[in-house]
Amino acid sequence: MASVQQLSAIKDAKVLMVGAGGIGCELLKTLALSGFQDIHIIDMDTIEVSNLNRQFLFRQSHVGQSKAKVARDAVLRFRPKINIKSYHANVKDSNFNVDFFKQFSVVLNGLDNLDARRHVNRLCLAADVPLVESGTTGFLGQVTVHIKGKTECYECQPKPAPKTYPVCTITSTPSKFVHCIVWAKDLLFAKLFGDKNQDNDLNVRSNDTATSSEHSEDIFEPRKDEDIQQYANRIYDHVFGHNIQTALSNEETWKNRNKPRPIYVKDVLSDEPIQQNGNVDKLLANDNLSSLSAMAYLGLKNPQDIWSLKENSRVFFAALKLFFSKRQKEIGNLTFDKDDPLAVEFVTAAANIRAASFNIPLHSLFEAKGIAGNIVHAVATTNAIIAGLIVIEAIKVLQNDAKNCRMTYCLQHPSRKMLLMPVEPFEPNKSCYVCSETPLLLEVNTNRAKLRDLVEKVVTSKLGMSLPLIAHGSGLLYEVGDDLGKDEVANYEANLEKVLSELPYAITGGTIITVEDLQQELVCNINIKHREEFDEEKEPDGMVLHGWTPAPAAENNKEATDNNGASTSSTSKPASADVMEADDELSIVEPGVETLPAGGKKRKLSDVPNSEAPIDEKRAKKIPEKNDGDDVIVMLDDGNDDDITAS
Amino acid sequence: MNGEELTEQETALYDRQIRVWGVDAQRRLSKSHVFVSGLKGTVIEFCKNIVLAGVGSLTLNDDNPVTEEALAANFLIPFDENMGGGGSLAELCCDSLKDFNPMVHVSVEKGDLSSFDVDFFEKFDVVVISCCSLAAKKSVNEKCRKLSKRVAFYTVDCRDSCGEIFVDLQKYAYAKKKADETVECQLQYPSFEEAIAIPWRSLPKRVSKLYFAMRVVERFEEVERRKPGETSIEDLPNVLKLRNELCLAHSLNESQIPDALLERLVASTKEFPPVSAVLGGILGQEVIKAISGKGDPLKNFFFFDAVDGKGLIEDISTS
Ligand SMILES: [Zn+2]
Repeated sequence: MASVQQLSAIKDAKVLMVGAGGIGCELLKTLALSGFQDIHIIDMDTIEVSNLNRQFLFRQSHVGQSKAKVARDAVLRFRPKINIKSYHANVKDSNFNVDFFKQFSVVLNGLDNLDARRHVNRLCLAADVPLVESGTTGFLGQVTVHIKGKTECYECQPKPAPKTYPVCTITSTPSKFVHCIVWAKDLLFAKLFGDKNQDNDLNVRSNDTATSSEHSEDIFEPRKDEDIQQYANRIYDHVFGHNIQTALSNEETWKNRNKPRPIYVKDVLSDEPIQQNGNVDKLLANDNLSSLSAMAYLGLKNPQDIWSLKENSRVFFAALKLFFSKRQKEIGNLTFDKDDPLAVEFVTAAANIRAASFNIPLHSLFEAKGIAGNIVHAVATTNAIIAGLIVIEAIKVLQNDAKNCRMTYCLQHPSRKMLLMPVEPFEPNKSCYVCSETPLLLEVNTNRAKLRDLVEKVVTSKLGMSLPLIAHGSGLLYEVGDDLGKDEVANYEANLEKVLSELPYAITGGTIITVEDLQQELVCNINIKHREEFDEEKEPDGMVLHGWTPAPAAENNKEATDNNGASTSSTSKPASADVMEADDELSIVEPGVETLPAGGKKRKLSDVPNSEAPIDEKRAKKIPEKNDGDDVIVMLDDGNDDDITAS
Repeated sequence: MNGEELTEQETALYDRQIRVWGVDAQRRLSKSHVFVSGLKGTVIEFCKNIVLAGVGSLTLNDDNPVTEEALAANFLIPFDENMGGGGSLAELCCDSLKDFNPMVHVSVEKGDLSSFDVDFFEKFDVVVISCCSLAAKKSVNEKCRKLSKRVAFYTVDCRDSCGEIFVDLQKYAYAKKKADETVECQLQYPSFEEAIAIPWRSLPKRVSKLYFAMRVVERFEEVERRKPGETSIEDLPNVLKLRNELCLAHSLNESQIPDALLERLVASTKEFPPVSAVLGGILGQEVIKAISGKGDPLKNFFFFDAVDGKGLIEDISTS
């Protein structure tokens, strides 16, 4: 078992675990068994039923309770004498500052999102505490070690961003089922049930010429003289019939594409006219809002079944009418939630009807829900393996044995006989804006972009700062914090609306600004370069940040094939940027091509659909492994650095 | 599909894993019966994994009383100054495992592993044994092989920070996905006895040193009539002597089985919990593959050593 030195390092260690989900449960158990005595654990989540298949410290009776707390109690039952402190909180909370991090010998991440991972990375750098980072997705997993100055930091290499789709693909030329899901969820569902004031591209493209936008706005307002059925019919005919018809008139669009077919109610449900009204009455008798289900009423039982166009249309009508009759109060405030069965039914049906229009294969509710909700693909075994590997690396870190630390990949198919493949950690990236002092370069039209654009499109989203401060020389332009005076707040608010060149300390070409996050203790310098024009499709932000490495665009990847070994046969699985263990929600991302180090060969990501944590990527023709005499030199592939991700 | 659908409860509980291996695989899992013997840390990890995955039943065999050492490696048994009040390891683990997943039938089978006859194993689809003698491994494996149905047979052992898994799926056919086509694959596994009888010099070059080292230690325990894991540093000189004899007989260079590696295996025989987690995870995945028929099963040995961090598959067979 462990050597004397190992045991003493373990006994004296004070460990911070971030995340008590799939990896976290396994990790806490393995740490306790291995002899760790002082473990702090942060997790903001509460327990859900779908966690129970792998988060083995939790039971049905714990659903709704704090993961961190229940995990602590469960482990204390078999190791009552060790110290475990739980925090039911967000790791980004301000009390978890650099001083908080400094008390720990090592930080172990079992997180589910990129944002929190980046935040913890920065705090570990600022506090100079080693970080062991991990992620899993299905049968794949990885563990990496980040020690300031010795190995790369978590952000030295590009991380994939959630995939977004060009608006016109979604509104006019979908070619994959995921496009139909995005349309149904982000456009139609949002339009019908969400905030009416939000921008929505629903009609724009299909009616550029034919209808004015005001006219299309009206379409979605129920008219005084119509009942629910009439309203639903009108919406159906408009979005699946009229809009497609209109789009067809644009010959240019369809030159090299298959033309879609308009679908009208009368074509699909001609044999069952108004009869649905009676059905709805029966549905309405049900008072339990949370169990409202169009499927239940229609007698559709198996979520794995692929419904016909007719069945999808029935579900569409039933779900729409249930929303308008039973959940009227929520209309205007709803956002899609994968745990809202009626919302999932509606989105599945609408996406399938649209798919039918565009001759795209239809999908089951189970699959549609996975895509729409970015649901993780997660199994207990991978998490257990990864947790074991985390502890092995943590013990090396605690013994100051950095030279023997490895990053380890857990593979689904062996590469050079290896299912678990250790690789030497990479050195810090000298131009990493997080762990080095290399400035970034921002191209922006300083006469058009406002400070707000800079804050939203660069500082918070790309640089991942949560409490940013922006300065030009000694002049403060913007700051966030609780301790600001009223005047300051008003002043900064006013600055947000000013274009860069008109700020009190004007930002123009050649300016160097400083962006800082006080909590993360991260400071970046950004060189500003003025540029007049930006390409709307390719550079939708109207500004381009260099030095910060964006996610490799997955848009040009070949179609994903069916995923190997999994039941889901959809052609496009959302793989999101970051894998999450905890669960879900991310904007939809598309599976890129995976470049796990499978013997230098690329594999498609499609068998790694969605995940619990980011499978990070391999890169470089570096020789990874130091060999102890025998075998194996693994060449990693860097041909395509799309990360897997997942969510 | 035979028309049986998963219940709503199963669909909700298993949602995330169904997204990995599919409904069909889940259905097969829920009809499978697994037997395990030797409930140390690694097997307990394995039990946790397959109970969570949702097998039909799990039968536990280990009459040993709960000792302090057993408790130290165990996260199933609540801490109790009285060492579980006299129950056997299997009985106490059973109670906790039931709790993990109410849909899995977990039970205890008392008796010595060697006392179970061929018919006994017919009830199972998977048999996993650990912490047992070389003779027991051979004999249980042979019993499984005598049955007309295929019973997948596994052994798993963890010593210090090293581990070994052996797999015997007899004749196993599965569909392998290659690029865009599906290829029908067939694997022929040797029994444990057949595998370890293969002369070392005829094995592929660069077979993991752990393979040889485990054989030396296993043989040492047999010759000395020790219980599995009943060795100490004092045994090292005799173990090295045995190593030299075996290497001579097999025409293998002694350097292929380094002294330092044997020393680790002999001197500290306790399971290192992180390694148990890794082995229990790999074994769980392999058993799930074999039951569901999805994925390429490993053939036929797996080795993990925390010192170099490699998890290696070795094919020790003549086919
Ligand atoms: Zn860095």
